[in-house]
Amino acid sequence: MKKFTRFEGVVAPLDRANVDTDLIIPKQFLKSIKRTGFGVNLFDELRYLDEGQPGQDCSNRPLNPDFMLNQPRYKGAEVLLARRNFGCGSSREHAPWALEDFGFKVVIAPSFADIFYNNAFKNGILLITLSEEEVDRLFVGVDANEGYQLDIDLENQRVITPGGEILEFEVDAFRKHCLLNGLDDIGITLQDEDAIRAFEQKHKDARPWLFRQPA
Amino acid sequence: MSGQTLYDKLWNQHLVKQRDDGTALIYIDRQLLHEVTSPQAFEGLRLAKRKPWRLDANLATPDHNVPTTLKERAEGNSGIKDPVSLIQVQTLDDNCVEYGIEEFKINDPRQGIVHVVGPEQGATLPGMTVVCGDSHTATHGAFGALAHGIGTSEVEHVLATQCLLAQKMKNMQVRVEGELGLGVTAKDVVLAIIGEIGTAGGTGYAIEFAGSAIASLSMEGRMTVCNMAIEAGARVGLIAVDDTTIDYLAERPFAPTAEQWEAAVADWRQLVSDDDATFDKVVTLKAEDIEPQVSWGTSPEMVTGISGQVPDPQAALDETVQRSHTRALEYMGLHANQKITDIKLDKVFIGSCTNSRIEDLREAAKVAQGNKVADTIKLAMVVPGSGLVKRQAEAEGLDKIFIDAGFEWREPGCSMCLAMNADKLGAGEHCASTSNRNFEGRQGYGGRTHLVSPAMAAAAAIAGHFVDVRSLSANDATHAQEA
Repeated sequence: MKKFTRFEGVVAPLDRANVDTDLIIPKQFLKSIKRTGFGVNLFDELRYLDEGQPGQDCSNRPLNPDFMLNQPRYKGAEVLLARRNFGCGSSREHAPWALEDFGFKVVIAPSFADIFYNNAFKNGILLITLSEEEVDRLFVGVDANEGYQLDIDLENQRVITPGGEILEFEVDAFRKHCLLNGLDDIGITLQDEDAIRAFEQKHKDARPWLFRQPA
Repeated sequence: MSGQTLYDKLWNQHLVKQRDDGTALIYIDRQLLHEVTSPQAFEGLRLAKRKPWRLDANLATPDHNVPTTLKERAEGNSGIKDPVSLIQVQTLDDNCVEYGIEEFKINDPRQGIVHVVGPEQGATLPGMTVVCGDSHTATHGAFGALAHGIGTSEVEHVLATQCLLAQKMKNMQVRVEGELGLGVTAKDVVLAIIGEIGTAGGTGYAIEFAGSAIASLSMEGRMTVCNMAIEAGARVGLIAVDDTTIDYLAERPFAPTAEQWEAAVADWRQLVSDDDATFDKVVTLKAEDIEPQVSWGTSPEMVTGISGQVPDPQAALDETVQRSHTRALEYMGLHANQKITDIKLDKVFIGSCTNSRIEDLREAAKVAQGNKVADTIKLAMVVPGSGLVKRQAEAEGLDKIFIDAGFEWREPGCSMCLAMNADKLGAGEHCASTSNRNFEGRQGYGGRTHLVSPAMAAAAAIAGHFVDVRSLSANDATHAQEA
């Protein structure tokens, strides 16, 4: 995982509540056995006017001109601005894989679904929860200013608008540490290998049926 | 000090290490694997040259991609016509062979939807932590197990360490008190709960379902309720252990036997919330107020009773909700104030990890018996949740009832719940579906899903539109069609 560093990025607005993972990446693209290449199918049903198929060359597909990612002003966007309960639905990690592959490093919304929240951080994507009012103001700002960028400062847990407004956000210490240092959390967990083995033995002694195999 | 909730007890029993930064290491007793969310996890293990920590904690079966017609299934994996799907199923087989993980392959009679297979085998036990790369893992909480969906990175983490990095959730109790009316099922209960608290109502919580109406449910019904905890935003759904739980588990292949059984049962009896436990949030519903439910929109919270109507978006107080409702009605091809019973169907799907167990099929068959699927229905299909459910249903003659009524009787798998195989809706088609999600495009590009119980789906198949299953004795459904 790459280290997450402070950056200023173009903001793309997705003005819609309860964006589910089926919408982020439709199921036909889940058949891949790889982690990469999902970016061209990010928001496939919103982005294109036809039904997409896995492995298809997307360069000739008809684009939906109304969808924001197809508008030149949001080209190269790295920050996605969204509404409440973003990422609800299935546990598919293909959703953050698609966002990351497309180039998004940050999603800002008033709330996120739990499983998506975990999955995004494990792929180096920072999810920033701001209040409904703050998110509303950002939507207004993005709409009014072409090329609107936000300065994302994870170290100090703040978002800085072009007008200099500082929006502070919460993020738990462990996730922040992993993102800033680009750490693989399996490696971190295996540092506790002895504690896991000791627990496992105690657990097995207390409840041997949990370790039983069928006859 | 107040007592512990069921969730608190399960958490404490599996806590390996609490870190200063608020995260914890939780030991995982069971991981279920399927073909869609596991290949990248195995690939990650290989790249990092790591071995699975404990092979016997894992159990695998292909379910999302498998075809459901007998003809295709007769050919095994080579019956999977979509080459990309075939590679995915083959990859699961290869990974299980390479690492020595037990797998119920495509035509093993024990194959089926992971969330049907685990409990059916007794591979899900009370007091376990159960994970799977699938959000409907909440299902297993019906047994007093701490069960939730995880992403693929976490699948790899569990394979490599037998643990999960977790943060403790908050406790919510949803009580359903009283007696459910005739024709009102577990599915209606959970849809009503989601309608009440919304799809984000349970975010950050483990929900324990309790109250007399929940206690009166069979294990199948309890699994249906816990299954859809995730549609209420909660990764975890739980129900306390009682005699119903213990009776269901006796003599299942993975369940303990003899003396170990007695010790296990004594331990499982403790898996209830203490009387003086405190919950961060409590929601109570009256069972008598719940009628058969039908979803009208593109989120499971967009749901109402069969006697209701499609809402008028302008009536919503919140602007975001107004826009969501307007968009949903446009996508669904419905109009404000339209009666639910006026919604005509094109297809009917009875199946999925929510409603494909034997009791679900019995309820649907009761309505279908002696009736015919309406001429206007292009396809009505019944997809059992596992090979063993199918076998049981056939022993009871349910397959014959469905076939005589004009339903297709299929082979087990996830099927049209998410349409990763060939079973899908065409654009604009309305489907009465016993599955769990009515998102845009979920059952096929442009498809329109209405979530209902198995009995309501069967009644809709016969009438060609939604009808109140309580208003018909089984044989009246045809009259509803003629009317």
